[in-house]
Formats: sequence, C-alpha cells, structure tokens
Amino acid sequence: MALTLEEVRRIAALARLSLSPEEERTFAGQLSAILDHVAQLRELDVSGVEPMTHALAGEAPPPREDVILPCLSPEEALAAAPAREGTAFKVPRIIE
Amino acid sequence: MSGPAPELVDLGLREAGEAIQARRASSAELTEAALARIAATDGRLGAFLAVAPERAREAARAADARAAAGGRRSPIDGVPVAVKDLFLTRGVPTTAGSRILEGYLPPYDATVVERLEAAGAVLVGKLNMDEFAMGSSTENSAYKPCRNPWDLDRTPGGSSGGSAAAVAARQVHGTLGTDTGGSIREPASFCGVVGVKPTYGRVSRYGVIAFASSLDQVGPLARDVGDAALLLRTIAGHDPRDLTSSTRPVDDYLAGLEGGAKGLRIGVPREWFQGGVDRGVEERVRAALALYERQGARLVEITLPHSKYGIGAYYLIAPAEASSNLARYDGVRFGLRAKGAAGLKEMYTETRARGFGPEPKRRIMLGTYALSSGYYDAYYLRAQKVRTLIRRDFDEAFSRCDVVAGPVAPSVAFRLGERTDDPLHMYLADIFTITCNLAALPGLSVPCGLEAGSGLPVGLQLVGRSFDEVTLFRAARALERELGPPPRPRGV
Repeated sequence: MALTLEEVRRIAALARLSLSPEEERTFAGQLSAILDHVAQLRELDVSGVEPMTHALAGEAPPPREDVILPCLSPEEALAAAPAREGTAFKVPRIIE
Repeated sequence: MSGPAPELVDLGLREAGEAIQARRASSAELTEAALARIAATDGRLGAFLAVAPERAREAARAADARAAAGGRRSPIDGVPVAVKDLFLTRGVPTTAGSRILEGYLPPYDATVVERLEAAGAVLVGKLNMDEFAMGSSTENSAYKPCRNPWDLDRTPGGSSGGSAAAVAARQVHGTLGTDTGGSIREPASFCGVVGVKPTYGRVSRYGVIAFASSLDQVGPLARDVGDAALLLRTIAGHDPRDLTSSTRPVDDYLAGLEGGAKGLRIGVPREWFQGGVDRGVEERVRAALALYERQGARLVEITLPHSKYGIGAYYLIAPAEASSNLARYDGVRFGLRAKGAAGLKEMYTETRARGFGPEPKRRIMLGTYALSSGYYDAYYLRAQKVRTLIRRDFDEAFSRCDVVAGPVAPSVAFRLGERTDDPLHMYLADIFTITCNLAALPGLSVPCGLEAGSGLPVGLQLVGRSFDEVTLFRAARALERELGPPPRPRGV
C-alpha cells in the first residue's frame, strides 16, 4: 500500500515530529514498503485467537503495598531540566 | 601493539576473578590494562561512547582493599566490565546512542548496574549502540559507527554492537546488552562471543531506557559460556522496582554447566533451513548439530509454522511500543530542547526533529500509524494475535524437544554501509532471532566456528523453554567444549 504525503504529514503531526519535505518523501516510500511487508499478516485467520497482551503471563508479581518509598528529591529530578523555575520545569507559553 | 601485558586483557571474566583471588593480579592492574587496551584500540573500533577512568580506578582500589582483607564480594569482584549506553549510570553520561540525550547525566543507576557494582565489578564505561537500540549494525548510533574486531570494514551487528565488539576485542572481560529482536544474539554471532537473551522477566529493566516494553530484555555478552552464565547469575532476579520482573528464584547456571548433551532432544525447525541462509553459515550450523548428535543428543525435526510472520508482527509491535515510549523525549524534563520555539507545540516538534535520527523517526512514524484511530485492530491487535500463534508454535515444539537450534542470522557480519539505504533489508537480518522475543523465551548465541572463505565467526542459536536458561547454558557449553572458544579477533 502507498502512503500519501498527506498521510505522512498527518502521522508526523500526531507524533509531534516536524519533518523536512525530503523526509516526508523518504518516509512515504519506506513506510509503504514496510507496510506492504507486514500486510502478509492478513493471510492468517486469527479469529478466536487471544492477543498476547502480557509477555509475563502467570509470572507477574502481585501489586506491592501502597506505601511511599524513597524517590528522587526535587533537586535531583530537576538537575537535567533544560529550563526550570524554582522547583518546577519551565516550558514555553502554552496558551496563545 | 604497545601497552598492556596481553595476558591480562586475554583473561576471561572468571579467570580474571581467579587471578585476583590468587593474588596473581590486582584489580588495579586489570583495570589499567583494560583502560590501556581501550586507549590503544578504540579509535579504530568505536566500541565506547564514554569511558569513566576515575570511577573505574576508585572501584578497583576498593576491590583490591577487599581482596587484601580477604573479603571479596563475589567471583567478579574487581573485574573490569562495561555496559551498553542504554543503562542509566548515576553521574556518567548516558545517551542511548542519541543526540536527544547528549550530555544527560542520570540521577540514579539501573538495577543491573547496581547489582554489578554490588558484586564488586569495575565499570569502565558505556558502550556504543544503535540509537535507542533500533538497528542491527550499530550504524544507527548518532555518534559514530562501531566496527567489527574481526574485520574493521564490517559491522559488529547491533543494536548491542559495542557490547559484542568490546568483549571480543579484549577491551573488557564481560559486558551487558539488551535484546528486543536479536540485539544481543546477532552481534554476539557476528563478533564470535556468547550472548544471552534471558526469558522475559528474568532480569530487571529498572533504569534501562525503554524501547519496546513487551519485548526488551537485558542480558550478558562474554567470551565463553561459563562467563556468560556467571554474569547472568549476578544480574538476574526479582526487582520490586520493575513490575515485569519475575519473582521466581534464580537457578545456579554454573552448577549444571558440564552436564553435556547426552540425551538432550534438540529441535531443528524446518522453517529455519528453507533457504535464505548463506551457505557458509548453514554449513557451520549443520556441523554443530552433527557434533551434538555424536555427543549423544537426539535431533528432532520440528515445525514453527508461523515463523515467517515474525518480522511482520515485530515491526508493528516494536514500533508501536517505541512510539509511546519515546513520547517522553519532549524537551521538558531532560535532554535536548530546541531553542527559539514560539510555543509549546513547536518546542516539541522541533526538539524531536533535531534530537532523533532517521531510524527512531521512522519507527515512531510507523508505530504512530499502527496505533492511530481506525488502524489499531488491523495492525497492533492483529500482530498481538499472531504473537500468540508464534508462542503456541514453540509450546508445541517443546513437547517434543528440550531446546530449539538453528542459525542466529542469515549471514556473517556484513559490510558497513551495505544495508543503510534499505531499512527493510536491514530488518530481515532479525528473521531468526525475533520469534524468541515475541514468544518471551530465552535464547542464546554461541560461536560454532568460522565461515569458510571469509573466516568470520558464525553463531548457533539455541532457544529454550520459559525460564530454562540452565538447559541453554548446558547445551551451549557442550558445543563449546568440543570447539573451544574462537581465537582472538585479527582486526585489532
């Protein structure tokens, strides 16, 4: 199946990626080729097959007690922030 | 080559630990030898993204003090190791091979890093990898390609290419990598070392940068089977900080190591030998199977009928999960932030456009598409159902055999640049390793000789029952005992 440039732009917007016109063209071709390959899954009859939603089926540990455990201090959590103000992450204006 | 006494860097992980125990070598000497070997070779090899000599020297001094006091913590106390740059290391740069995390200093250590250091291992640095573990050649590293120590014009495989190259090239005595679709086993095969992808849930992933959470697993790479078994024993086991970590007790992988192959039922999947494998690779794999038979193992022909759908299912599930996991790189809490954006949304899109390389972008796009409204049932949900069928294939096979054996990859190490323009061709390198991840089973690559003509290493893949790493190690060791580990790579 061939993805249109329009569709590539729509996906990029959903993924919060800005693409160059060249990237849009490249991805349209490459993603179409990959989707053609994965289309072979349609050959299979999967009616009545449960999806594998847990890779650790039957092995998952029970939930822990709901108690507060040690965690990062605000200083540690903020240490790698590109911008901060006090104990908050600072971002550009949200409401225009 | 000038520099370190070659006998120190040539020691295996356990041998290096024994040398410290017997006071034949100190941890400081081993650490200096490793650092000198890295300095002398890594300009050509490119296995390391960061070297941490001060942290290593300090750890070595502490290990030597413990050895002098007769209080060594473990058999690897004082032995130099390194980890893929996907593992968080407190205060040591951690990039996941991506520009978007350039300069990032994590505030805590991954559980497996804690466990290595609690055992006394000396962490000397962080290893090169494909960006966010997406790739099969380490050419997707945003910093530099890593090369194969057997032939510097070839890739070491990927995504844990640095982990395989460093241990093969005698830079360190053991390493850790991660394997989402073959990222430990394929580079292990290409570099002639042992690489293990444990059962999903066997090793904690706390502090491991996430790629595809239902597939990612941490595992060791080492120069022989026993060393890999010891490393896995060191890092395996339940971690309350990882919700997907199993509470099963960890087996003693070394205890049954010399049990041999007699009586073992080895399943040979018909689908893995139906063309598509290079002749030189198939020759070595078949020779290994014949060796097993001579040792008293029984070869059982089995069928994994859904194998051919593995790539299709994987390249929906892994990108879908990656598109979600990589949403966190938005320029707010850590990593790169694009400057000069007018508003929040532009800051997101510009940061991600500049920070991610082509492969993560491609997978984010593919995953976003597969999860988008109207396509979920046709793609992601269907892929998960196919995953169930792939798991059932293995369950059925394991009623008739104890391990499944076949090639790791269709070829030996390929040349740099050979596949970079064709992502789908690159993805097909994972065709034999991917089903093991989809089925959540343990898998291992063990060297089974050098390909005629090229003289490059070939790996045999063994896949085991859920949590039956013991049988994998025993079977791999039986082969290694006959063949011996490969010689020192000739490229560095």
